[in-house]
Amino acid sequence: MYALVDCNNFYASCERVFQPQLIGKPIVILSNNDGCIISRSDEAKTLGISMGAPEFKVRQELQEKNIHVFSSNYALYGDLSNRVMKILEGFTPHVEPYSIDEAFMNFDGVKIPNFHEYGLQMKSRIMKWLSIPVSIGFAETKALSKIANKIARKYPERTKGVHIIDSEEKRVKALKWTKIEDVWGIGFRLTKKMKAKNIHTAYDFTLPHNESFIKKEMGIVGLRLKYELEGKSVLEIDLPKDKKNIATTRSFTGNITTLDEMKERVSTFASVCAEKLRKQKSCCHGVILYLRKDKYKTERSRYNFYKMETLPFASNSSITISNLAVKMLKEVFEEGEIYKKAGVIVTEIIPENQKQFHLFEEENPKHLKLMKVMDEYYKKTGERKIRLGYQDLKKTWKMNQNHLSPKYTTDFTQILAIKCH
Amino acid sequence: MSLKSKLTFFKPDFENSRTLPYFEGGIKAGFPSPAADFEGTQISLDKVLVKNFEATFYAKADGISMIGAGIDNGDIMVIDRSIEPTDGKIAVCFIDGEFTVKRIKVEKNALCLMPENKAFQPIKIEEDNKLVIWGIVTYVIKSV
Repeated sequence: MYALVDCNNFYASCERVFQPQLIGKPIVILSNNDGCIISRSDEAKTLGISMGAPEFKVRQELQEKNIHVFSSNYALYGDLSNRVMKILEGFTPHVEPYSIDEAFMNFDGVKIPNFHEYGLQMKSRIMKWLSIPVSIGFAETKALSKIANKIARKYPERTKGVHIIDSEEKRVKALKWTKIEDVWGIGFRLTKKMKAKNIHTAYDFTLPHNESFIKKEMGIVGLRLKYELEGKSVLEIDLPKDKKNIATTRSFTGNITTLDEMKERVSTFASVCAEKLRKQKSCCHGVILYLRKDKYKTERSRYNFYKMETLPFASNSSITISNLAVKMLKEVFEEGEIYKKAGVIVTEIIPENQKQFHLFEEENPKHLKLMKVMDEYYKKTGERKIRLGYQDLKKTWKMNQNHLSPKYTTDFTQILAIKCH
Repeated sequence: MSLKSKLTFFKPDFENSRTLPYFEGGIKAGFPSPAADFEGTQISLDKVLVKNFEATFYAKADGISMIGAGIDNGDIMVIDRSIEPTDGKIAVCFIDGEFTVKRIKVEKNALCLMPENKAFQPIKIEEDNKLVIWGIVTYVIKSV
């Protein structure tokens, strides 16, 4: 059995932990540099504020509708994300963080008499300890658990935020309910093609007569997705990535204990992420570094580490993304510890042509040419022979953060002050 | 002969595994270091003050209503949100749109939030109060 746990409106929920008066009030979070809206509370969604809207365009509307505006506070979100993941590890040792606010869990070898009950326990613990509401979907495969999660999120009253697909009847019903564009890994372009072929729901996608079409359009990835939706878990599934994130993570067969080795790995993961971004013609704003220590050999209780930072401009340059990832690595890496897994996740993804241009900070135009050469070489030979030497990031960035909340959990000088009167 | 019949796979037996002690410093012949037994036992305040890392937050006291409980103006409070609020515990409460620290007092059919300074009034929780017990104060860190 798998579960997908997804934090509801994660950034908005994080802001509410330390400002409970905002529970039930509309909130939006702005992207780095206060550019555009990247997260909305349910209340803000209801008021018709759209995702991705540039701040200056909706400034007046936000004010008129009394919507609370925050700059993104990744120190806070990263810390709370880490806590959520750690709490989940109390329920099964197999937790695989998928993005800052989502994680897959696997329950093989864990005996659980009632998954709904178990899910409610997970939900209430995260709520009590962190005040973060989550939705949980259980199913036999990852792709189905993602769908179960959507149902739990959509019908909170009926499901109490936990939904399980555990029968053929429920599976078929769920697939028929799921629009093709909401299926994991089906992007905008594929949706158009699918619809032209009369594939409108996830259920249509699994119909036998569409198999050859799916194979033609999506190759083995499409077939794996089909099996997953049919309830057959594809073990080494090459996860079709969300529109929201692209992750490259690996477990190490040996141990990594030195910064130099890890720098090489992290730089490679970052380059692969950048390459994937370029392939789908998009750029990212946020870069997350993920490190996992050897659980059995670390003395401290923490062995999962996340760090997230944002770029001053959206980028898909391997050099820019790798530099930021390595800079974060240097800040958190502990010499002498044994590392088992690492990864780079890029997030806040926007289409390449929607890049905002900055007056002072812009991607080095030389990168563009260089990346093109790298991509062509890789396409031709299938080998990533052109690699990055590690470079120092000397530049420091300043950004607009006019609505930033305190770093309540990561900076001792910014902790909550409580009136005693 | 086909390749198939040549290969026999053996599964490792994890079922009957026995745990063996692990020697951090390796096993060496000769005289052992007399300090070896004491390595890795530095005092960590984190370990003492934080029982549940995921549920622990810090906050600064601003005011003197809890001085009787040892919480002075400017002290750092360690707050564990996993602890159940019960009678007598000191809690960070969110009441009517504001954070405050008080001692919980459970009476027959009533809940009171008690200050620890005679100059301040207890708060009796009425039906129209909006109260959230945010967390339980477990330690106070103060500079002397």
